[in-house]
Amino acid sequence: MSGGEAYWLPIVFIFLMGLSVLIYGVLDGFDLGVGILMPMGRPQSRDIMFASIGPFWDANETWLVLAVGLLLIAFPSAHSEILGTLYLPAFFLLFGLILRGVAFDFRAKAHADYQLRWDRCFKTGSLIASLSQGYMLGIYVTGFSGGALSYGFGVLSAICVTAAYAFIGACWLVRKTEGELQVWAAKRARLTAILMIIGLVSVSVVNPLMSPEVFDKWFTLPQALLLLLIPFMCAVLFVVLFIYLRHFPYANDFGSWVPFACAIGIFVLSFQALAYSYFPYVVPGQLTIWEAASAPESLMFILVGALFVLPTILTYTFVVYRVFGGKAQALSYGE
Amino acid sequence: MLDVFMLSRIQFAANITFHILFPTITIALCWLLLFFKLRYNRTGDDAWLKAYRFWVKIFALSFALGVVSGITMSFQFGTNWPGYMETVGNIAGPLLGYEVLTAFFLEATFLGIMLYGSKRVSNRVHTLATALVAVGTSMSAFWILSLNSWMQTPAGFEMRDGVAYPVDWWAIIFNPSMPYRVGHMLLASGLTASFFVAGVSAYRRLKGDHSREVTLSLKTAVYLAALLIPLQIFMGDMHGLNTLEHQPAKIAAMEGVWHTEKGAPLQLFALPNEKTQTNDFSIAIPRGASWILTHSGDGEIRGLNEFAGEHPPVAPVFWAFRVMVGIGLLMLLMSWVNSWQLWRRGEPSKFWLTGLVAMTFSGWVATVAGWYVTEIGRQPFMVYGVVKTADLVTTTPAAHVLFTAIAYVLVYVGLIIAFLHTLFYLARKAVKNAVKDLDPEMTGGKA
Ligand code: HDD
Ligand code: HEM
Ligand code: HEM
Repeated sequence: MSGGEAYWLPIVFIFLMGLSVLIYGVLDGFDLGVGILMPMGRPQSRDIMFASIGPFWDANETWLVLAVGLLLIAFPSAHSEILGTLYLPAFFLLFGLILRGVAFDFRAKAHADYQLRWDRCFKTGSLIASLSQGYMLGIYVTGFSGGALSYGFGVLSAICVTAAYAFIGACWLVRKTEGELQVWAAKRARLTAILMIIGLVSVSVVNPLMSPEVFDKWFTLPQALLLLLIPFMCAVLFVVLFIYLRHFPYANDFGSWVPFACAIGIFVLSFQALAYSYFPYVVPGQLTIWEAASAPESLMFILVGALFVLPTILTYTFVVYRVFGGKAQALSYGE
Repeated sequence: MLDVFMLSRIQFAANITFHILFPTITIALCWLLLFFKLRYNRTGDDAWLKAYRFWVKIFALSFALGVVSGITMSFQFGTNWPGYMETVGNIAGPLLGYEVLTAFFLEATFLGIMLYGSKRVSNRVHTLATALVAVGTSMSAFWILSLNSWMQTPAGFEMRDGVAYPVDWWAIIFNPSMPYRVGHMLLASGLTASFFVAGVSAYRRLKGDHSREVTLSLKTAVYLAALLIPLQIFMGDMHGLNTLEHQPAKIAAMEGVWHTEKGAPLQLFALPNEKTQTNDFSIAIPRGASWILTHSGDGEIRGLNEFAGEHPPVAPVFWAFRVMVGIGLLMLLMSWVNSWQLWRRGEPSKFWLTGLVAMTFSGWVATVAGWYVTEIGRQPFMVYGVVKTADLVTTTPAAHVLFTAIAYVLVYVGLIIAFLHTLFYLARKAVKNAVKDLDPEMTGGKA
């Protein structure tokens, strides 16, 4: 395990995988969140809300495919262990993703009578997908230890992740909409931010209590001092957010990107905290990245391609977000 | 009794069968859309744009169904066949990885511009986005078929302690059956999409839609089908010769050859009987199989007896093969007669239009049948000659797999019904609009 490709390749791949999970969390997070918030009573708002995520959701979900793909490529035994153990929650996740993915397209084409029904499917699917992702995350970080404690933590995590997605979704809507809908979204952003704070705090308390290893990592001096920066910066971002939302709305759409930017910051920081807690495990407490890694010749082969392709993907993703920048307008095909 | 092994197979088969319905449409339909778009750019004829707008909706719908079922597929390798990745992950992983990196992101990202961007980007960029989505879907087919071919004709690797390690990536990607499989599948997609477009257009015509948009779609689709089907039959023949070389047991099952023989007959109809190792009620062309496979009337074909215990179940492979080839021949007839009529009379007669409507989903049936030949014909191996399917199954409790298998099937049946319902709803809506548009046009009203 000393030096050489067999040492650094797994590190590179866990980094790439972490990066795609993070990008997935932010990007699909906002479109799942918009789905969770979907108000059944207001048809016009729904059209705009759909329009705000229409051009993006498919590419956003592809980051999940990449994350699962990288897990599969780089750490096949962890992939089997994780998806084998989480067999049923994974099914519910997929069920949710299927439901919302097709609802999105059917709603626009089906007979108007069916539209409300597809919109309900979209909301339900988004909710199921978020809850199962959170649950899977919770069970995963407890290292599949089983038992009531682990399941309890899974449920807590399911609620937190759902709140987090609803929060980032609301922030996205503040950026992408205007008028009454925007004010409504700002209110949701405040509400879900409070939920998210409760969630983050409870996870941060429970997690070290459940795992002595995590406890040691966070509470040994001197790195504890440095690590304190993470919750501190999170707190600052939340404060900025609440100050901004307090006086909402502003003239000329002043700073409508602020909530979304804060949300991204909070996501990145929380993810870092999580990653720091468990590195170098791919299955917490059981398998390290070096134990689970696949053959260096395979990793090298894909890394070479990834180094060329990933920057390209990021570039054209950026371009597409630019093309569809500004406020969302109701979608129309090719017209 | 249905154990985890059988349930996993059924679930995987159900999922991939559902998945492939939509890629077969989208891969080629996207190229057709690009063609419509380019014709419009070139001629400025509104009818091309209208055709584009009608089919882009159906494309979007099919694409969404392809994406959601594809995401399911990528989880299934882990959930149902954990041993698969542990054994051949070093090879399968990078191929799947390149598919995600080079194809999925490309198609998913530019799809946004293709569907919703025409007001926000220039016409040229919009055309470019359509082209990139088309490239993405075909690229995706290339990678996944490369992996699938590797499972059929593995090359460029070595086994160490029961795990496959790559030795030569070029040999892995361009393994012996890859060119045939990619070619045959892309042609299959072209045919599926052409008959799909032709069928729906014929349906609109029969319902009284006389717009030029329908004529153009119909012509494009029928001519394309007429062009592709001979290529497909030729490619299929070469594919069969390749399989004879690498997977003789599969060919023996396809042709129902129980015992090695010279001058083997071509079975047109038969009920293969595993117990007696014979074909009941056989109607056959003497020496036919030998002619097709060895191009000589008394060439020798190795029979199933040489692969005792290691050959696939015969009946499903035998029948699926006949379904595929049968539909291929029907496609030849249909596309040529309709082309001829289009060319001579400008429009096929009602009878042949009805035939096209009946063939709307023939590509689906042939494609799925073809895949069943390929995949069931590979049994009992997961990777031909290397790993057996039974060794790689999940240890998840059977009850869980039973639950998910039933749930997936229910979801998929529901979605297919919704898809067909919406498809014909859109077609009827277009008919109504066209009838409304055409009337004032005749009285010199709106152009
Ligand atoms: C011959 C073509 C073909 C075949 C055999 C498969 N696929 Fe597929 N797949 C496509 C052709 C395709 C496509 C054309 O690229 C799709 C279909 C829907 C769409 O329109 O893109 C797609 C979508 C698609 C997606 C979603 C991509 C996205 O987010 O845009 C995933 C994750 C997969 N597939 C995975 C698989 C797996 C794991 C397969 C095998 C077991 C598989 N596909 C077989
Ligand atoms: C897209 C069209 C495809 C169809 C319709 C299809 C169909 C099937 C069917 C019917 C089976 C079950 C065979 C049996 O158990 O008797 C199967 C198994 C399997 N196929 Fe495919 N398949 C397709 C493509 C692929 C591709 C592209 C891959 C991989 C790259 C793949 C990998 C597998 C695996 C791993 C199994 C499970 C093990 C086995 O039963 O052999 N399939 N497929
Ligand atoms: C009529 C002449 C045809 C012949 C002689 C033919 C021959 C074959 C052969 C030999 C296989 C391969 C089995 C294997 O080794 O794995 C195959 C597979 C397949 N066929 Fe055909 N085929 C014909 C028509 C069609 C048509 C019309 C379609 C669809 C529109 C089609 C779709 C497929 C597909 C999707 C596969 C599985 C993928 C692959 O292995 O390429 N075929 N065909």
